[in-house]
Amino acid sequence: MTDLDSLKYTEEHEWIALDGDVATVGITDFAADKLGDVVFVDLPGVDSGVTAGQVCGEIESTKSVGELYAPLTGDVVAINDAVVDDPSLVNSDPFGDGWLVKLRVDASALDGLLDRAAYVALTEGA
Amino acid sequence: MSDPRYTPLRAHHEALGASFTDFGGWAMPVRYTSDLAEHHAVRRSAGLFDISHMAEFVVEGPQAGEFLDYALAGRLSVLADDQAKYSLVLDASGGIVDDVIVYCQHPDRFIVVANAGNRDAVAEALSARRGAFDVSVEDWTERIALVAVQGPASQEILEATPELTGYSTSLDDLKYYRMTHASFTREPGAEPSPVHIGRTGYTGEDGFEIFVRWDDASSLWGALLRAGADHDLVPAGLAARDTLRLEAGMPLYGHELSLDVVPAQAGLGRVVVDAKDQFVGKEGLSAVDLDAAPVLVGLTAEGRRAGRAGYGVFDGDTRVGEITSGALSPTLGHPIAMAFVSPTVSAPGTELTIDVRGTRIPATVTALPFYRRTK
Repeated sequence: MTDLDSLKYTEEHEWIALDGDVATVGITDFAADKLGDVVFVDLPGVDSGVTAGQVCGEIESTKSVGELYAPLTGDVVAINDAVVDDPSLVNSDPFGDGWLVKLRVDASALDGLLDRAAYVALTEGA
Repeated sequence: MSDPRYTPLRAHHEALGASFTDFGGWAMPVRYTSDLAEHHAVRRSAGLFDISHMAEFVVEGPQAGEFLDYALAGRLSVLADDQAKYSLVLDASGGIVDDVIVYCQHPDRFIVVANAGNRDAVAEALSARRGAFDVSVEDWTERIALVAVQGPASQEILEATPELTGYSTSLDDLKYYRMTHASFTREPGAEPSPVHIGRTGYTGEDGFEIFVRWDDASSLWGALLRAGADHDLVPAGLAARDTLRLEAGMPLYGHELSLDVVPAQAGLGRVVVDAKDQFVGKEGLSAVDLDAAPVLVGLTAEGRRAGRAGYGVFDGDTRVGEITSGALSPTLGHPIAMAFVSPTVSAPGTELTIDVRGTRIPATVTALPFYRRTK
């Protein structure tokens, strides 16, 4: 079980877990619930570069299309093939098996992201 | 934005953990657990929908049938008792004000069921068209709640609901687009109240729409859920309703139907009875040149990436139309869409492309509906 308090968050509802200089990125349960059943994900290619705040992929549900924003600038070192094959993992385990991409990043960039308390405050009442 | 209206089932929806969305000014459940699970339940067993937001108008009087023949596109005066018919409210130029289902209770009393978002427009149209007809039109939207049970198990579920008794026509004998009347008893010893049950729906499945007194809807909902527990009945929200109706090729007002669309464009020419002497929209329709008008078609594609409402449809480099509704079909497993396209590319089998956010996806024009239930 992922310790949600150890994660960082963005206002675009991504979560980030840092291990050394590799950040694992997914979308939060709040975002997954808002989207509804995820049926398709489009992720950036491995070895491609992504820029903080820029769209780097798409997440489609039965009802709508959501954009995946890169929470940090960095290089894609892995994508989650399991979630490409079975997009419902984003709904069933958003903080675990539903992770989306791993990025090699400058760890200091995480300082600007939200902690759990700030993220929860953001989504309360939304 | 004014405060949303709630149906009498609000407490049930909240207790079931529903997400709500605004629909025509009403706060309606969009899903309880999962769009897909709710969708599949309706195809495989049954789903329970709150559609109490829909508007009901009771049209009553010695000239009720003649009035509806004039006010709507179809011929309603010929309906038998307890028969229902799909019809359209047109404006003077033939554009679609709303699509409605008309239930005939007897020759001088009809119920017109309209879309929630068009309640005011339909009320205004019916009122303005009343003229010298000996008829009254009353808005019963907030007196009648509507609960739909849809899916192959729906008849068994109604039959397993002990609170429903005294059917005027047994469910075995009730044909599609017919209505039966029954008594609903909230609890043993309570005074029964009348319910009207139409074998109608908006999902492409067998199913029933139950008209119940506003104050009895909550009890009826609970009774159906209890009876349905052994038949895999699940509460289903508007998200599932939308993918179900899209698979069944049923138009949705505001997507496929609007004031800018005449019935023939949407494949609803059969709904208009030109032979009637006079009806609102008749002259306007006769002036419409349909030769170049976009027509509604189905589109199917491969893969998982769906075209959505508003996306362009192309023939080579030429934009030939626009999607009105689209989704990855949960039942069929591939993308489906309805679109208005130029009549020159509307023949089934025509290969076109959809611009999905900058990527062209091949799509094939397909006859509607995409999904038809097997009996």
